[in-house]
Amino acid sequence: MKGRARLSDMSRRSREPLLHLEKGDLPPLPPGTSPAAARPAPPPRSLAAEFALDDARVLSLPNPATPEEEQALVEQFLSGLEKLFSRENNWTFLQPLLLTVEHCARCQTCSDSCHIFEASGGAELYRPTYRSEILRRLYFQHVKDGGLVSAWQHGTVELNWPLVARLAELAYRCNLCRRCAQACPLGVDNGLVAHEIRKLFSQEMGIAPKELHASGSMLQLKTGSTTGMNAAAVKDNVQFIDEEMSEKTGLTVETPWDVEGADILLIHNAGEILAWPENPGAFGVILNAAGISWTMSSDLAGYDSVNYGVWYDDAQFARVAVRHAEAARKLGVKKIVVGECGHAHKSLLVVADRLLTGDLAIPRESFLTILRDIVLGGLLDLDPSRNNFPVTLHDPCNVVRLMGIVEPQREVVRRICPQFREMHPHGVDNYCCGGGSGFAIINGNGFQDWRAEVSGRKKLQQVLDAFADCADPSIPKYLCAPCSNCKGQLRDLLAYHRVWDSYRIQYGGLVELVVNAMTAVRPGFIEWEWR
Amino acid sequence: MIVVVYSVVSAAALVFVAAGVAKAVSFARTPLHLRWELYPVPHEAPERVEHGGSYFEQAEWWRQPRRSNLWGDVRFMVPEILFLHGLRTFNRSLWFRSFPFHFGLYLLAGTLALLFVTAVAGRLVPGVAAGTAAEILRRLAAASGITGLVLAIFGAIGLLHRRLTDPALRVSTTPGDITNLLFFIFALGLLGLGYAKRPAGGPGASSLVAGLISWDLKMEAPPLLAAGIVATALLVAYIPLTHMAHFIAKYFTYHSVRWDDEPLVHNAKRAAELAGYLSFRPTWAAGHIRKPGETPTWGEVVATNPAQETRR
Repeated sequence: MKGRARLSDMSRRSREPLLHLEKGDLPPLPPGTSPAAARPAPPPRSLAAEFALDDARVLSLPNPATPEEEQALVEQFLSGLEKLFSRENNWTFLQPLLLTVEHCARCQTCSDSCHIFEASGGAELYRPTYRSEILRRLYFQHVKDGGLVSAWQHGTVELNWPLVARLAELAYRCNLCRRCAQACPLGVDNGLVAHEIRKLFSQEMGIAPKELHASGSMLQLKTGSTTGMNAAAVKDNVQFIDEEMSEKTGLTVETPWDVEGADILLIHNAGEILAWPENPGAFGVILNAAGISWTMSSDLAGYDSVNYGVWYDDAQFARVAVRHAEAARKLGVKKIVVGECGHAHKSLLVVADRLLTGDLAIPRESFLTILRDIVLGGLLDLDPSRNNFPVTLHDPCNVVRLMGIVEPQREVVRRICPQFREMHPHGVDNYCCGGGSGFAIINGNGFQDWRAEVSGRKKLQQVLDAFADCADPSIPKYLCAPCSNCKGQLRDLLAYHRVWDSYRIQYGGLVELVVNAMTAVRPGFIEWEWR
Repeated sequence: MIVVVYSVVSAAALVFVAAGVAKAVSFARTPLHLRWELYPVPHEAPERVEHGGSYFEQAEWWRQPRRSNLWGDVRFMVPEILFLHGLRTFNRSLWFRSFPFHFGLYLLAGTLALLFVTAVAGRLVPGVAAGTAAEILRRLAAASGITGLVLAIFGAIGLLHRRLTDPALRVSTTPGDITNLLFFIFALGLLGLGYAKRPAGGPGASSLVAGLISWDLKMEAPPLLAAGIVATALLVAYIPLTHMAHFIAKYFTYHSVRWDDEPLVHNAKRAAELAGYLSFRPTWAAGHIRKPGETPTWGEVVATNPAQETRR
């Protein structure tokens, strides 16, 4: 790692990255992990942004050829900055943003809570306050038109294209897990600052990771799903899953579609259907066996609960949330139930709560409470001895710290997993998996290595610690992660560090554990093969 | 000279209150934002608050009665406000400096309140000023004031030392941060010195407060003490004009953001307010939000599907 970064480095006209991490900079991991690469590989030179931040790159930024083009981009940024602090443009988050920007004491209490800062060996660039301090200084200089007194009180930073370009990237070095906000004695929220910077770039300059925007929320609004599946494709795929599940479990599994007046509209993260079909399959097995009245919807976005807008763009967020509610309204269901997807939980149950009014205010609930009531209510015959292997539980930040669903999943796991053990810390104090806020689906230009080496490092440490008493690879172990994006990150994390070979840790959802314990199902629902 | 002291103190009190109220009102008037709570939320039901749970842990939560748990909020707020519990938990080494500083300021504020109560009672009720109760209050005020001064000054020195020596803090430290702490050390130091060096038989803190209330121009304040009072008054006026007014912001960061978990289903007034925001016309320039030359409302933006170019 190079020396301690200063705020002024962001404006530096150098093509060299501000930060380059060597293996020795990172905290050590327990023995048995062997990264696929020695260190995060830098992006190819030809792809590197002119004013690079670190060894990874998420955004495709404009490459201005002349000073005039640079200035035009800086002015666009400034225009967006002003809008970020106006009622008409940003009523959605103006109050928390102002509170954070105007009152941070810069005491750095939040730093030790940040898994990225810690896992980078304390790289200044990843300190939660670093990007906030840049935005704060720009706010006082350019939005509040601060003069000399303001500069003396709040400090300054040179606004130029290198700074704007690096700030855009830096907004994508935070998982938005808000653990830092939890630690702040003043209630300042540096996670929110990263969220708001992302919004500025997307909503004003049209700059966002293609995985979140072009191939994400735009694709969802076009086809119905970020996977690109239209209604016909998703029905085909789910029918295939039903057949597979029927064969595997010995039960007849059939997913109901577009049933008007059903009690529950179940919305999965559609990525599950393609990447982990046993998860939606397990839902079908459980709901049918428990005699629940449920349906899926083939309406636009009605079969894909993801809402990437919650990470980077208020307009895209609101559009998708409204379409989720519309799908439920059209069917006249009693409630929407969100499947194993953390950000979809927070989007639809919490953040969208103040958008979905009138006939769109359909009651919305987590699958976790339904599952808890099914399991503890005795609606299924369960044999915990079928799950007699070490199990630990990952808490998705969106479900736990950001919406307070902590116990239902534990009640289920305690009931059906005799060797359950907690990670430490857990619950609302958990650590992010490192894939939060869209990172799990962003891969190019060194970013996949970065999230395996840096943003996921703390979680990997936690997982290995939880299984320290049974590390022997002859003992199969299960890492339960009831969230699609977390699973994606954990899959990549465990694969990158070759944990399957040395520890035999499988990852998966919660409903799979329930089906694995059902006596009516053929034994061996969970497969001990690395996927 | 005393008229200058009275005038500065009165003006400073006015600025402190006016600027503080203005700040609070400006925050209160910002639009209702989208929900952004953070758990644990202490006013949740007692059986859930220990593990940081929310009403979302209940099946069909919207059918369940909302249980307010004011005691939970109080149980969190008292140690947080008085003892900076959060800082103690997450940053113990800074707490050793910050706690004495803040607690010292609380004691000084309490001292001022005691002196005012004693002085007002003395004016309103004949004989009280010379009575035992007033004497006890004066002694209590003296003890609290001296302790408060010592704690606040040593805390401020500790914070300044930390800010100058800790590389983590240096990165974002501004000249204003240094000056603010020096201002505290200087003003409170001068006040303490003036109090300690006041001539025997001369007016002390209680006499000066009584003099201020009655605007007694015959009062003769010792110059050093007068200077300390003026410097402290200027400091008091300065605080709400800076980020040090975080004691006001903190109310909103906790009650309006972190702990605001109220579902819309229970609040028709908020629903009406939110409907109004949908008529705002955003000017965000990205193509997926609006086309050049068009200024749709937020409601129209949401109803538009940029991927299918249709509006519902």
